[in-house]
Amino acid sequence: MAERAQPVTRAWPGIGAAALVVALTLGSLAAVALRAESPGRFAAADWAALRFTLWQALLSALISVTLAVPVARGLARRRFAGRGLLISLLGAPFILPTIVAVLGLLAVFGRNGLISDVLGWFGLPPVQIYGLHGVVLAHVFFNLPLATRLILQAWLAIPSEQFRLAATLGFDARDVARVLERPMLRDVLPGAFMVIFVICITSFAVALALGGGPKATTIELAIYQAFRFEFDLGKAALLALVQFAICAAAALAMLRLRVPLAHTAGLDRPVQRWDAAGGRQRAADAVWIGLAGAFLLAPLSMIVLRGLPGLASLSAPVIAAAGRSVLVALGSTVLAVGLSLSMALAIETLRGRRLAGVLETVGYLAIAASPLVIGTGLFIVLFPMVDPTRLALPLTALVNAVMALPFALRILVPAVARTERQFGRLADSLALTGWPRLRHVLLPRLRRPLGFAAGLAAAMSMGDLGVIALFAAPGEATLPLQLYRLMATYRMEAAAGAALLLLGLSLGLFWLFDRGGRMNAAT
Amino acid sequence: MLRLEALDVEQGGFELRADLSVEPGTFCAVIGPSGGGKSTLLSTISGFIAPRSGRVLWQGRDLTPLAPGARPITMVFQDNNLFGHLSAWQNVAIGLRPSMKVDAAQDRAIRAALARVGLSGMEERRPAELSGGQQSRVVLARVLVRRKPLLLLDEPFAALGPALRREMLDLVAELARDTQATVLMVTHDPADAEQVAEQVIFVDEGQVFAPVPTGQLLAAPPAALRAYLGERKTRP
Repeated sequence: MAERAQPVTRAWPGIGAAALVVALTLGSLAAVALRAESPGRFAAADWAALRFTLWQALLSALISVTLAVPVARGLARRRFAGRGLLISLLGAPFILPTIVAVLGLLAVFGRNGLISDVLGWFGLPPVQIYGLHGVVLAHVFFNLPLATRLILQAWLAIPSEQFRLAATLGFDARDVARVLERPMLRDVLPGAFMVIFVICITSFAVALALGGGPKATTIELAIYQAFRFEFDLGKAALLALVQFAICAAAALAMLRLRVPLAHTAGLDRPVQRWDAAGGRQRAADAVWIGLAGAFLLAPLSMIVLRGLPGLASLSAPVIAAAGRSVLVALGSTVLAVGLSLSMALAIETLRGRRLAGVLETVGYLAIAASPLVIGTGLFIVLFPMVDPTRLALPLTALVNAVMALPFALRILVPAVARTERQFGRLADSLALTGWPRLRHVLLPRLRRPLGFAAGLAAAMSMGDLGVIALFAAPGEATLPLQLYRLMATYRMEAAAGAALLLLGLSLGLFWLFDRGGRMNAAT
Repeated sequence: MLRLEALDVEQGGFELRADLSVEPGTFCAVIGPSGGGKSTLLSTISGFIAPRSGRVLWQGRDLTPLAPGARPITMVFQDNNLFGHLSAWQNVAIGLRPSMKVDAAQDRAIRAALARVGLSGMEERRPAELSGGQQSRVVLARVLVRRKPLLLLDEPFAALGPALRREMLDLVAELARDTQATVLMVTHDPADAEQVAEQVIFVDEGQVFAPVPTGQLLAAPPAALRAYLGERKTRP
């Protein structure tokens, strides 16, 4: 193509941002590896952690995807009151703080939870949530909605004319499944499975809260323990390398599959189906949707119900922690938006060149990066210069920003491409370059996606319990860490109040940014 | 004079050749079958496509190495000529100064241009608050304030109805006369050419023919053009 080349200078900030991400992910890994004096030995417990990590991720992904198929089918072909609300709710776990969700799950499935109470009436022993099934349960809670959305999207992407055609040809539900639905599922399921598998591999907070012990420790958790309790950098480094290898392999597999992108647009309209009018199918859809809705709503309701009484008597440390968390979240949002916007602009400027693909890959691979490996590396690099615990909050904000990067890029890259496709030539012909182009063309057109990306980044950072657990000094916890400490010391009433506060702050920050982007938006 | 000197453009397997001159101040229609290279020709002159060889010259100056924004050209695209988030005034001002920071004289020029195209009092409206015809008028106000000697239009006003479209073409011709601009306007409708163009450049299968006076060409079209036009009713 003889398209006039864009000036590469516009890509430098984005290339710098990508270099920072590479330094944080690969550089921190190198720092850990170099600092490890003796090559750590991969002991029996570490093998167990490796097996557990893979096994729980496999189970979580498999169960999430399997259950999501009937739920998505129901949502795709039924219209009922509250359908839109339920679909919006499917996006909620994404911005729900992990530790809050765990508390909600405990309130339903825990020893003193609803189900145990009901069992108690019949003289049955309470259910046990800690261990493999607890970890898997929490992961399914988080990822069933994600899987459902991805599959629902694919379902609704089948043109409605094809269902109409099927109806005129007299297809029954089996024919429709064979001809239309199964090919679609074959297309979407591997990608959905892989995304969830990767997310579950790097899961830390769930394993910290519901796993633990020799039988239910993930590698991520083992890194934390080696670092925090044993200060065995050799072992931490070895585990970090193993974790990196798994993540890299999974990420490469993910790149080969076409990973679907979750978005909200266009999910509001069910497809009219002539093959699924039967009573049995209606009943099946109702049951699946009802069960999924209850599974999602029960823990959330319990957080609100149990948290309300505690909200009035929040302790001073909880409120101070909330303040720190908001600061971290805001800082992280600024960083995440800055990194992702500059990278998205660079990717657009370099489109068609190899470097654009490299930048995109770097950004998306951050989904497989392990926050604890990054945190450990940063600790080692900074330790000789400054007390890392003093930098706990800025470092948390930085690592959180990197974690939000893949999601922000998924939102911004297509939006920048759309804007440039629409207005790039006009702007070029008017000699709009540099700052005026960003200020007068791109930013106004990107308000909505920027607001959405900022909301996600803020909520993810607000609820993050990861790298902060490595660094935080006793009086310097963020709200999720403070909440975890309350739970660990069984102060459940205080924990419930803190959880509701954290939930409110996360959703509130998301709402504020997202709303801010929509208000007076140009598009 | 606009001179296309041994121009050879390659784009995705398609090849376009041109070697011709257009006298300054001429209103030139560019017609021909779709896929023949009309838009590629305009994109090359405006600098969005770099030619494989040959040069684009204006008054003897070589434009080929210049970026689109640095050329003495105002370009009117098929659509997306206005930024939806900017007011009519801003959409004109941004064509004068990318920063939109204009001095008092420039502000007067912008308001005068908007008045000239019949939009006084609508400076603060956004495109969504204007009709299709009014939106086209904002674009023409920008053409006016930029005062570039070359005006390129790529099937403009395609979204307008026939009456409005004829009105806009007349306005373009008028503005072009006032600013003494040299105009190249791509159109698929020979009636457009008859209405406003003094000369016609015929483009077919990558071949760009030198401009010919409109009446002469349409009265006795060469074979390729005849095939494109089809049987035309003779006009009274």
